[in-house]
Amino acid sequence: MSFLRTRLNFLFGSTRGLILVAIALIGMVTALWGMLSGPMAEMGVRDVVVKALNMDLIQREREGRIIILYHAIAMAVVAIEVYLITGLVRMKDFYRTATRLLVTAGYMLAMFFGLAFAYFGHNWVFHGLWIFGLSLMFLAGCLMVVALWPWNSDYYIKDRKSPYAHTRNGLDLERLAFFAMSLTTVISVLFGAVPGSYFGNGFDVFLAENIIRNPEKTVLEYSVIGHLHIMLALIAIAVTLIIGRWLDFKGIYHKIAMPLMILGTIVLNIGVWGVVTPLEPIAHMIIYVGATPSMLAALMLVIFGWDRFIREGTAGIKRPTFAQKLAALVRDPLRFGPLWQMVFMNFTVSGVGILMAVRLDEIFRVWPAREERIELTGHWHVLSAIIATIILLYYGDLTGLKGKVRRWYGWAIILLSDLAFASVTIFEMKRLFITEAEQQPLVNTVMLLIDLGLGALLVVLAMLMLWRLGDLFKSKGLWARETFQKDLTEVAE
Amino acid sequence: MNKAGLTLLLVAWLVASCATMDPSLPAPDYATRADTDRWEAIPAGPFLLGQHDASVEIAHPYEMMAYPVTVDQYAGFLNDALADGMIKVGKDAVTGFYPGDPFRGAKHEEEIADGDWLLIPLADAALRLGFDGSTFTAKSTWELHPMTLVSWFGARAYCDYYGWRLPTELEWEKAARGTDGRPFPWGDEIARENANFYASRDPFEEMRALGSRTTPVGFYDGSQYGDYITLDSPSPYGLYDMAGNVWQWTGDVYELQHYRYLRGGSKDTYEMDLRVWVRNSATPTYISPGVGFRCARDVK
Repeated sequence: MSFLRTRLNFLFGSTRGLILVAIALIGMVTALWGMLSGPMAEMGVRDVVVKALNMDLIQREREGRIIILYHAIAMAVVAIEVYLITGLVRMKDFYRTATRLLVTAGYMLAMFFGLAFAYFGHNWVFHGLWIFGLSLMFLAGCLMVVALWPWNSDYYIKDRKSPYAHTRNGLDLERLAFFAMSLTTVISVLFGAVPGSYFGNGFDVFLAENIIRNPEKTVLEYSVIGHLHIMLALIAIAVTLIIGRWLDFKGIYHKIAMPLMILGTIVLNIGVWGVVTPLEPIAHMIIYVGATPSMLAALMLVIFGWDRFIREGTAGIKRPTFAQKLAALVRDPLRFGPLWQMVFMNFTVSGVGILMAVRLDEIFRVWPAREERIELTGHWHVLSAIIATIILLYYGDLTGLKGKVRRWYGWAIILLSDLAFASVTIFEMKRLFITEAEQQPLVNTVMLLIDLGLGALLVVLAMLMLWRLGDLFKSKGLWARETFQKDLTEVAE
Repeated sequence: MNKAGLTLLLVAWLVASCATMDPSLPAPDYATRADTDRWEAIPAGPFLLGQHDASVEIAHPYEMMAYPVTVDQYAGFLNDALADGMIKVGKDAVTGFYPGDPFRGAKHEEEIADGDWLLIPLADAALRLGFDGSTFTAKSTWELHPMTLVSWFGARAYCDYYGWRLPTELEWEKAARGTDGRPFPWGDEIARENANFYASRDPFEEMRALGSRTTPVGFYDGSQYGDYITLDSPSPYGLYDMAGNVWQWTGDVYELQHYRYLRGGSKDTYEMDLRVWVRNSATPTYISPGVGFRCARDVK
């Protein structure tokens, strides 16, 4: 009994354990459900999986299934972010414990029962538990908003010369940024929840990429489109703030970045919420205005981080050469990686998005809708996956990877994912430079690289998870030390 | 293998992936039993429309071609229309007159004015037609394949020339699924032998270089072609190729947009796009090796 109790205490009672469980579940869901589409379906793997697991895939319900799948994975990612935020940002123990309890129960109920309902017949009790899980997640979000309340003098920065961004009276602007992100998240959730609650009563399930060309959309359709965009943007903002705290973001860049991040978060949300109001015609403009400061804030973090890595890596060298600086920058892939992924995102996500926005009618709307759909879905799949790789890199550090293993793990995640993301981008944009009749060799190549990159990345993740699983069977394994680590910056020796 | 060798191999592979290929290569020569002049009658009455089964009434009976228009049929049309002065043959394209659409200047709406518009290109290597300066002819082995690389104007011109029309989206969907709300023309599930879709492993597919290619119309009628056995896959009203092979232009011209809608999925899409309610759209000048059409006509 003690064996089980101590392991469960680690897995569900410690920050690192909670993150480990969520990553393992995401990895398993991704690996399993990844076999139902794309090349795995082409090769016939899907048919085997569907038969082996007795899945019930009704054709007309595909869109609904996919939406539940997206949510099941997203809830676990949000849970990881909550664990990290509650571990990195000061708050009362009650709030930390209660938020984690709710979010853990919430994402697990949503994941298990949502997928069971969607893919294994329609047990409506499961559907109820799926909704209950989502509701617990929402409640956890509300609690975190309270926990992060920034106008509490206990959390004011007393030192006027503090390197961290603050107002004259000491209001912690980074805390305010976390608060703004959390508050706008729980509000933006409603933009998905309200249409969902109308399902069957004037609202039918749809995938946003399938209705983009409808010249007139209903308010509920706009609401869903706004919801999916802003939730992903907020998950990205959250991970940026988390990485900043992990790297002890401070100094002048911090002081510039935090007001920008707060402003960007609020304006971005107003723009997205505006799509269901008379502001709709100018909503995109407001969104651009909001996205710009948010991205600038991320840029400040990148400049700060890279400058720090170079300075630390060349300490002791009087006049470091360019090569020495570069070597210092990339010396530790787990710390270099998250910031690099933020930069790389500009090529595979932001750049593509801006090109689409600027040349929509001249290029993308000349293509058939199905080609535009490929572009849209590829675009946000890459953004989601980039966020996931940033979390995996941070987790590699949290779990105390060292030496060669640290380097191999870090570089494998960076290189394999970027190979896949770059290939996805070429696949999305192929119509710019190749005709349909001539595309097959190119398609074969990029598909192979995508599968190679993502498949190998999942293998790397599986190896890490197997190592952690094996560790649980040791009496004094890493898990035993991690159980009692309170501070996320503290690494088990 | 040393690093330089490995790098060289990788570069060679990447260069090979960008190499050009010849889309005009002949197809495997399989004749089908399709009677390409056959029409099927669809009665008036209600049917279930779309993914969520909205009950919709089509008040008139109508007929639709049992198969998509073939390359051979289209060549015949071009020759007739050219003789009648209804089309113009330029250096790179065949054009024809279209009277234009009302333009309201809505967001993303492009004006479709009256004038000569592209029917088919002539310089595209993937075109299954040849033109010797006076006569259009289907290229060998492609005669019974669906006509592709045809714009919406080209599809409309064909139907219009013979006094027919393109089906509306509603007509198309009812013809494809009948009245029982099925997702595929032949029933509830799809197998590789039901239709030509991406990676469906039909004998015309050559995924190394050419990709998925069209199958002759009526290919999926339960016949055996060499070692390949198809499943008989008609719609409830006896239409073939209502899912896969080529997207099919429909005739609706909607307000506030210039897009024309396509139905049925194609050789280039996964089976999810073969569900009868799935819509695709494109500008009316769009041409593709995966887009064709069939005509409808009213019952007098």
